[in-house]
This record gives sequence, structure tokens and C-alpha cells, in this order.
Amino acid sequence: MSAIVQPRSNSRRNKLIGLVVVLILLGLFVYSVQDWHQIWKIVSAPDNVPIVAMLFLVPFFTWLGIKQAKANDNLIGELETDPKLAKTHHRKVEPWRPGWAKELHVWPYLVRIEFLAAVIVTVVLYVWSITLNAPLEEPANPNLTMNPSKAPWYFLGLQEMLVYFDPWIAGVVMPSIIMVGLMVFPYVDSNPLGNGYYTLRQRRFAVNMFSWGFLMWILLIVIGTFIRGPGWIWFWPGQTWDHNTVVFDRNRDLHEILGITPENFANHLSLLPWVRGIFGLIIVSGFFILGGLFFHWLMKRGPFRFSYLVFPKRFLEWARTPDPFELKLLANTSILQYMTFQFFAVSVLLAMPVKLFLRLVFTIKYVWVTPWFNV
Amino acid sequence: MDEPKDQKETKQLTGEKATVGLVERAKDSAVALKDRALEEAKDYKDPQQTQVWKSIFRVSHERHDPRNRSLAILSNVFLHLHPAKINRDAVRYQYTWGMGGITFYLFIVLTFTGVLLMFYYHPTKIIAFKDILYLEHDVPFGKLLRNMHRWAAHLMVITTWLHMFRVVLTGSYKRPREFNWCVGVVLLVLTLLLSFTGYLLPDDQLGFWAVTVGTNMARATPLLGNEGPFGPQLGLTPYNDVRFGLLGGSIVDSNALLRAYIWHCIGIPLVASIFMAVHFWRIRKDGGISGPAPVMLDSEMKVAKKK
Repeated sequence: MSAIVQPRSNSRRNKLIGLVVVLILLGLFVYSVQDWHQIWKIVSAPDNVPIVAMLFLVPFFTWLGIKQAKANDNLIGELETDPKLAKTHHRKVEPWRPGWAKELHVWPYLVRIEFLAAVIVTVVLYVWSITLNAPLEEPANPNLTMNPSKAPWYFLGLQEMLVYFDPWIAGVVMPSIIMVGLMVFPYVDSNPLGNGYYTLRQRRFAVNMFSWGFLMWILLIVIGTFIRGPGWIWFWPGQTWDHNTVVFDRNRDLHEILGITPENFANHLSLLPWVRGIFGLIIVSGFFILGGLFFHWLMKRGPFRFSYLVFPKRFLEWARTPDPFELKLLANTSILQYMTFQFFAVSVLLAMPVKLFLRLVFTIKYVWVTPWFNV
Repeated sequence: MDEPKDQKETKQLTGEKATVGLVERAKDSAVALKDRALEEAKDYKDPQQTQVWKSIFRVSHERHDPRNRSLAILSNVFLHLHPAKINRDAVRYQYTWGMGGITFYLFIVLTFTGVLLMFYYHPTKIIAFKDILYLEHDVPFGKLLRNMHRWAAHLMVITTWLHMFRVVLTGSYKRPREFNWCVGVVLLVLTLLLSFTGYLLPDDQLGFWAVTVGTNMARATPLLGNEGPFGPQLGLTPYNDVRFGLLGGSIVDSNALLRAYIWHCIGIPLVASIFMAVHFWRIRKDGGISGPAPVMLDSEMKVAKKK
């Protein structure tokens, strides 16, 4: 495999730059920590151990996947330029020699791996269970509210979403959309390539979209676990979870900022709900249209390189020219597939971070207020 | 019944003389019986040659011929979902990460520890919490049992996610496996629900408030919750909406505990088992566990056939 992966000439320098940036960020973090005890209390809470483990597992498995995808991509590139080799090559990165059996007996070659995995998992569970006790609090008491009162870690993403959306969206509609969205995923991905092997170059958009959703989910859980303290207030890592903290948030609705308020409608108060409602409808519809355009633009782009961040000219070049391969994929997509993808992409993958940004940075609560529901 | 050979011979040698004493005769036959028992015991030295063994195991695991190795899988009820042979690269740890199999193993661990926990637990408001204390402090290995159930559950959530992540990275949800991916999504949700329903059972502050927060969201279900959009207009109150149905009441109380218990121990595991059966069956029918497929080239892309 090492023969195929050829390090680029500046990869060493890039790695060094990356390392320096990471070290500086780490140093700043260590410098800014006011309360190490608080961090330890959060990280070492037995029920938080899984999410701490996820912080290491997700990057590790992402790396493992990308490593294999890159190796495959290099092979594809190599075969693409050499049609003669493409005809005879066994088309896998792993070395295979003529005379080797292409198939193995499940007994014992697979069964022994399964057995080994079962033994290892059992040992891990025993060690984990002996060293760490399952939490048990006081008996349930409806008169004594826990603060912060948190859901199990895997649902903290949903609980964190409650900050950005009303419960009917965060708790019911969003989870349903995510579930259905996951189910339609294979049906909207019309790309026939990349079936059964790791690859990025052939499935850039699909993989990126899923990873974006996955990452966002993990990120919301991390915020819910490590950042949200008593009163569900935002505490940076290292800050003490002070129960007396008061936050002076001016949570406003978008229409209030833009002057659609009772003061400005003093003579037509009965009209106000209508104006508000229509204003919100326009905003949300506009968001869906713009979001759709954004994804339409994004799905036609070629690979993004970090150098684009440094060289604006290259970035503009990338932003303006569609990638021929991606165009071919798009042509392969039916209108129904395209529209379905757009709906789920805009209403989850885009709406979630946009609302998060609006709420956290501009302290905007609702963008659409009606007598029956608010968004 | 036939007399043993050597006994007959003894009789012939002694000329069938009736004068031999009763004791002598008994001695002779005892010696003969002992010899015979020793002779037969030689056959038991190899347990694999016994009738009992052969009735249970049809295949010798010592033989390495292809037929025998195939039969080891095909004639075993626990292994028969496997094919006899698989892609040589599919056994590489790097490729599948083994997460699906580990998830299933954790489900088995959870069933096992869960059944043991059920022996010590009453789903009633009065003693549920005491049962946990009893389990932690008095039941031999009770603490270990509860810890293992808890951590295996958390680990199962993690492995399910990683399994899904791998399936996406290798594009293993693509034709013809689209439907099985959907079954997998249902299993993911069931895994989360299993974990969530178990959270309430210790009846401590942690579980109580987590479930209170969780089910409060159900209040806001559009059309079905009393605080959700169009809920009040449809006549929903805290006493007839979807949350009431989940909790068996308007607050998290004894009915909620019983419902969580039944969903956790019977309802969801049953449904999950059915979906798992379908999931595994479809894996096999759609071509077995994921093995790296030969790469296709960009230039080989054809427009997908539509049927």
C-alpha cells in the first residue's frame, strides 16, 4: 500500500503547521481554564464516559475510513490512466497473488474472529464494570428538580436542540425528519459508484453530507454534555458551574428587530398577527429557496482544498466552475430524488446550524410567529 | 439375551458340571463382567466416537477438508446464517470494523444480564429503588451485574452509530441493500428507545428527571399533544394526549414505571428481535457480510437502470 500512497512534497510542512496550530490552541485552552475540578467532574461522571470515549472513537474511525478511501482513490486514479492495467487488475488495494483462493471458509476464518471479538468485548465490559459504578442518585422526588436535569447522553442532542427550536420541532418533528431522512438516504443517492468499497472521490457529496449530519449530532451532544450547566446556561469548558449565574439575554424575534412591533402598528393592531405571520412565511420560504440553491451549488463543486482558504483567487475559481464528474452524477438523479434530498438537507442539515447561529450569536428566538406555532 | 462369548467358553471348559458352587459361579461371571466393562470402556476414551457426541455434533471439527468445513457452518443452527465461504478480504478488521457483530453480541449480553436483573427487581414505586440498593449491596455480584447491563447498553449505542457510519463510508447501503438500511435505521431507534426506557427503572432522581424531560416533549407533538400545534384545537388535554398514553397518567408515576418496565423487558426487545431477524436474513440474501468490492472507475459509470 505504501507504494501507492505517495506523500506530497509539502505534506510534511503542512503537518508541522497543523501541529503548531493544535499546540497553540491547546495552550490557549489550558491558559483559559479557571476550574480544573469542574472539568474533571464533568469528564469523569460515569454516565459521561461514553461520550468522552466517542470524542476519541469518532476521529479514530474517521481516520481509518479516510485512510482506506484515499488508498482506493489512488488506485482508481492509477487505473483510470492505464486502461490496459484496469482490465487485468484485481481492483483492490490489498495485495493478492495469483493462486490464492478468492474465498475463505467461514469455519474457522470468520468464526474465530467473531469469537475473538466476543471475548474482547466481554473483557472490556468486565473491566469497565469493575472499575466504574453505574450512577444511582437519590430516590425519585418530583418536588426536588435536578439542576441541570439532563437526558441520557445520546439524547442530549435533542435536548440541546430545545434551545433553538420549540419542543414540537426539536422533540418531535426533527427526530422524525432525521429518521425518515436516514431511511430515504439510499434511495436519493443515485450514484452507482462506490458500492462496497471506501472512496471519497466518487462519493464526495454523499459522504460529506452524512458526515456533516453525524458530526453535528455529536457536536450537539458534546455541547449538551460539557457546556450546558445549571439552568442550561452556556459555560465554557473550565468555567465553574455556578448555580447563581444570571444571563442577560435579550431574546427577540426576527420581526421585532425589523420593526414589526405593536408600537409601529398602534393603529392597526388587529393586522399585526397577519403581518407577522406572512413576514415569517416569507422568511422561511426564502430560507428554503436559498438553502436549495446553496445545496444545488454545493453538489456541483469539485474537491475543496485548504489552500483555497489562503488564496482567494483559487477559491473563486473553485466556486465558479462545476466539476464535470459531479455534473454527471447530478444528471443521473431523478427529479423526485433531487427534491427529496433538498427537503431533508435544507430542513435538517442547514436549518439546524443556521438556527443555532441565529440564537447564539444574534439571540434571535423565532423567525416565524403565528397564533398556533412558532418557528 | 445372548451370553457373552467368554462366559460360554468357561461353561464349555468346565463341562457344565453342576457341582460348582454358587459362589464360584458368581465370581466367574463377575470377572467376566469386569473384563467386558474394561473392553467397552476403551471405546469411551475418545468422546467424539460416542453415540451421545455423534447425536449432537454431526461434523468432526478436526478434519480440515472443504466439505467438512462447509458442513460445520451449514449444519449448525447458530451459524447457518453464515455462508460456507466468504470473500477473502472481508475478514480484514480494517474493512468492516466488526461493529454490527459486536452490536448483536452486546444485545445478547444485555438480554442475559437483563434476565438476571429481573429476578431481583419489582417495577413498583414502593420497592423499585430499594431493589436497586439490595442489588448493589446484598446480592452476590449484583453491583457487577447492574454495572455491566448499564455499560453494555451505552456501548451498544456507540457501536450502532459506528456501524452505521461504516456502512455509509463503504456505500454498503446501495442497491440491493437499500431496504436493509431502513431496517437498520429502525433498529437504531429501537436501541435508543431500549436504553431510554431502562433509564427510568432504578426510580432515582437521574432517571425520573430524564424521563420527565423526555416525555415533556411529547406534550408538544403536533396534533397529538396538548401543547403542540393544533393540539388544543383538537380537544387534547393533559389527560388524553399522547404523553398520557406513554406514561399511563399525567405525571411520571407508578404507571409510567410499569409501562417503561414492560416496554423495556418485553415490548421493544420482541420487536427488535423481529427486526434483527429480518436484518440478518437480508444481509445474507443480499450477498453476505460486507466484503470490499473491486473498485469501479469513474469512466465506467453507467446510467442506473430503472425498472
